[in-house]
Amino acid sequence: MKKFMFVNRKAPYGTIYALESLEVVLITATFDQDVSLVFMDDGVYELAKGQQTKDIGIKNFSPSYRALEGYDVEKLYVDADSLTARGLSEKDLLVPVEVLDSAQMAELMAQQDVVLSF
Amino acid sequence: MKFGLLVSEGPYTHQASDSAYQFAVAAIAKGHEVQRVFFYHDGVNNATRLTEPPQDDRHIVNRWSALAAQHKVDLVVCVAAALRRGIKEEVLAPGFRISGLGQLVDSGIKADRLVTFGD
Repeated sequence: MKKFMFVNRKAPYGTIYALESLEVVLITATFDQDVSLVFMDDGVYELAKGQQTKDIGIKNFSPSYRALEGYDVEKLYVDADSLTARGLSEKDLLVPVEVLDSAQMAELMAQQDVVLSF
Repeated sequence: MKFGLLVSEGPYTHQASDSAYQFAVAAIAKGHEVQRVFFYHDGVNNATRLTEPPQDDRHIVNRWSALAAQHKVDLVVCVAAALRRGIKEEVLAPGFRISGLGQLVDSGIKADRLVTFGD
């Protein structure tokens, strides 16, 4: 078993990276690997509650993050500075996460076998 | 060392595909193995044989095909990302094949290093 980390750095809409990252995560989960997700920079918006996409005509895929638990993907980490820089806190997020500072994040990244950044 | 490569951007607009190609050539020249190149996001646009750049420019697609022919590099295009962007079997350049995201995960598992080329 290898340790796969997916680093999500982009806003959920505007580009397709967040959605296609989620697709890779769900596939990886079926391979019995150790999967963790990181949300940093604008990527923290992917987990924001209350996403309304009707007016931009793009599907709101944020409920999928709630389904991750069903795939045994339970290691979700959020960068503390990215949250505070955007006026967000843990209670604004859709799912339970662990908030880490930069040093803790760096340590976690160093432990991974595969890091994919989207 | 066994490398897996991930190309996340389309040809010409971004340098990612050029860098990945140059990395692959250099790695093979040094005696390493490039186990697979996986094309995801707009990277799937690297696989269409309809590509026709001006004659004085590099032909990114043909360059990948030649690499596959010479060194048996497995060029895999993500099916979901490809279908979204109109890339189907009938437009694939030689050496490319369409398959699932599992092939990317497989690269992560089997390669010593999975190297991403994107923005």
